[in-house]
Amino acid sequence: MTGQSTVLAADVPFPPSVEDFYLPSIVPWGGHDSYWFTKITALLWISVALIIIFFLVTYRKPKLVPTKKQWIAESIYGFVRNNIAVDMLGKRGINFAPYLTTLFVFILLMNFWAIVPFAQISPNSHIAFPAVLAVISYVMFIYIGMKHHGGLKYFKHALIPPAPWFILPLLIPIEFFSTFIVRPFSLAVRLFANMFAGHMLLLVFTLGGFAMLNANVWFAPFSVVSWAMTIALTFLEFLVICLQAYVFTVLTASYVQGALADEH
Amino acid sequence: MITTYYQLAAEAAETEHNPIIPLWQEVVLGIIAFGILCFVLMKFVFPMMEKTFAARVDAIEGGIKRAEAAQAEANQLLEQYRAQLAEARTEAARIRDEARADAEGIRQDVLAKAREESDRIIAAGNEQLAAQRESIVRDLRSEVGTLAVDLASKIVGEALADEARSRGTVERFIDELGAAGSAGGRR
Repeated sequence: MTGQSTVLAADVPFPPSVEDFYLPSIVPWGGHDSYWFTKITALLWISVALIIIFFLVTYRKPKLVPTKKQWIAESIYGFVRNNIAVDMLGKRGINFAPYLTTLFVFILLMNFWAIVPFAQISPNSHIAFPAVLAVISYVMFIYIGMKHHGGLKYFKHALIPPAPWFILPLLIPIEFFSTFIVRPFSLAVRLFANMFAGHMLLLVFTLGGFAMLNANVWFAPFSVVSWAMTIALTFLEFLVICLQAYVFTVLTASYVQGALADEH
Repeated sequence: MITTYYQLAAEAAETEHNPIIPLWQEVVLGIIAFGILCFVLMKFVFPMMEKTFAARVDAIEGGIKRAEAAQAEANQLLEQYRAQLAEARTEAARIRDEARADAEGIRQDVLAKAREESDRIIAAGNEQLAAQRESIVRDLRSEVGTLAVDLASKIVGEALADEARSRGTVERFIDELGAAGSAGGRR
């Protein structure tokens, strides 16, 4: 028992660090400065492939009376379309539903790797992917706003709230800061930090169990508690996964809504 | 290989990663992957779903419309049948009226004919009666003449017998009769 645990614990660094998020690359094997083909990017491609295959297979021959698979695919689209896009944007939301659904499904599956056995890390715990999505949302809502209001009038509309003139010097910088600077960062960091923290939490409790076992065999009950916590946290993580995918999609829709709004 | 792994790991440990700084390789891959995903889903999948939704709505609304059309047609047919029924009824009433009128006419005709016939018969009877009366009167008149003559001759004969009971006259008379009778018998 003691020997086994030391063998187990020998590989276990504790506490986990940021470096645990940067696994050695797969091609070339074990490379540390090569990021083109790592577990993270492999999961990225698998996500994209799975989503495309799922939708193409389930929607190859759409029927008026849907089959079960077709119904599932339609429910996913219908959920984002009706509960996010149309709810927030009205009839115009239908035009944005395809992008929002793609976004939602992509984030959901990318997050989901955090609790899939053997994957157990979400690509979204690397800020690059949330950042790309956030920049797309950012560019999209500004573009839509400019298109809707006519070029620079959008900025006037977005920056100058209907308020007494003497407050404007205070309000305009705040509006500018919150709308055009904070938004992309908050979007990206919210998703990234949630997935990062989730992974970190699971690491802490899993590795912590081993670390305690390693330190003293009599801590074994605490190790068990620690691992039980890991399981509980996995459920919490599942909640966070779904919630963050939803939040990202809803916020993107809400930014578009703000860009399309005619009144403050 | 394991040694190189550890060497690399050791080297990597020296190059600190900042989790807030994105890796540009991952950014590039992220853009490509998400771009592919967006392209496929937004071009081939979700527009098809919208189409299917629209077709479904269309099918349901079309079904309702078809049902409404069928209902309208049924109503129209019912109306038509009712109109035809009413028409048939008025037609029947008209025919009945006509028949009644015809019957009345025929009755009137028959009555008229009967009356005419009876008149004719009565007239014929009257005529016959008149003719018979005429002939009877004529007969009577001639008979009255003969009777009168007979009576007269009887009366005259009685008178003659009373007045002149002469055998001569009677016998002459009988003789005359006898002669006339024998003469007649011989011829």
